[in-house]
Amino acid sequence: MSAAKEIRSKIKSVQNTQKITRAMQMVSTSKMRKTQERMRQARPYAENIRRVIAHLASVNAYAKKATPFLRNPNTRKNVGVILITSDKGLCGGLNSNAIKLFYENIKNFNAEDVVVEVCALGQKGYNAANRINANIAGFAVGLGDTPKMENILAPVAILLNKFHRGELDAIHIVYSSFVNTMKQQPIIEQLLPLNENAFKQEHKLPWDYEYEPSAVEVLDQLIRRYVESVVYQCLADNMASEQAARMIAMKAATDNAGEAIKSLKLVYNKSRQAAITKELAEIVAGSAAV
Amino acid sequence: MTHTNHVMKVDIVDSEAQIFSGEAEFLVAPASEGEIGVYPHHIALISKLKSGVLRLQLPNEQFQLVFAISGGFMEVKANHVTILADILQRTEALDEAKVIEQKNIAKSRLRNTEHNDKRELAKAHAALEIAIAQLKAVEYIKKHRV
Repeated sequence: MSAAKEIRSKIKSVQNTQKITRAMQMVSTSKMRKTQERMRQARPYAENIRRVIAHLASVNAYAKKATPFLRNPNTRKNVGVILITSDKGLCGGLNSNAIKLFYENIKNFNAEDVVVEVCALGQKGYNAANRINANIAGFAVGLGDTPKMENILAPVAILLNKFHRGELDAIHIVYSSFVNTMKQQPIIEQLLPLNENAFKQEHKLPWDYEYEPSAVEVLDQLIRRYVESVVYQCLADNMASEQAARMIAMKAATDNAGEAIKSLKLVYNKSRQAAITKELAEIVAGSAAV
Repeated sequence: MTHTNHVMKVDIVDSEAQIFSGEAEFLVAPASEGEIGVYPHHIALISKLKSGVLRLQLPNEQFQLVFAISGGFMEVKANHVTILADILQRTEALDEAKVIEQKNIAKSRLRNTEHNDKRELAKAHAALEIAIAQLKAVEYIKKHRV
């Protein structure tokens, strides 16, 4: 009966794994709701800032010219890339897809002799950037389940300052966008130079603001805050994606464990039957011999 | 129903959520060059805010809403005030002893941080700024509401 015992302990171990994956699935389900809510809440800030920047840039040509954040270099020699991933794995292909997109873009930049500086938010992306010996300008790991502005300010500021000083010609961001619970899409977007279309004012208004302290300084700070808030939103988006992907991955794992248990039980019952039949045959053979 | 002449629309948002949206009779904000009071039909204005106390007089209410703000921007236009706060806190949740303790922690953290560690330095500065704003808010409330 050693074979049956072995199978029994195997079933036990698969059942234990199934318990864990089911628990993780349920945890992710409840976290996903919260992360989606946070994703939604972060929107008004960015929208308000975008509106103010649009108006400011359209009425104040001087400030528009004076701030380094609104320059748009024709050639790209140095580029910053922000890579957002999760800290933990067990979320299907989420991080590997984002990292694949990141590698592809790095390869393209390298082919055009563009120097890339990376800012990694999330442990998985940090590891991936280290694997290819990327030039890491800043990073933040251990971000937890709630996106916090204070965690990302410092690493993002490093890239922003470099752009401000002219050491970077563009800043891109790679993250996993939350399409719906079943689908998360890795995306690369350009943060700076700003996309002019997003800041087009429908009609020029005939008045200007009073500024305190000065138009240039206000615009500078506003754009800084705007970029930070976009990064924050991407992070919130990425966290919603992470929980959704983990929920799906863990559901698949739980289902697979169920299948495995089923087939193991079949084997177990067969071997048990075989043992009983064998025993019966022995008894019958014994009695026939008497 | 209040007269629309005597109120303005106010939106207060920080990077993580919308905090307040509604009407107010006046507000006082800590602008970078000193406190600014805004009444309805104020001229269009953009101002940087520093850490301090943000107060809001709601229509038909005896009391003022008081927030501790660590910095940000204020936009005023067309009788609509938008406050874009870095970090904002309702003062109901504040406890004076705790705030003073936080301020001291932030101060010692700032003192003990290596000067070349820019990241830690920035964090410590931010923490101190928030604590100072909270302390100002607590003191304001103590003075005006007993």
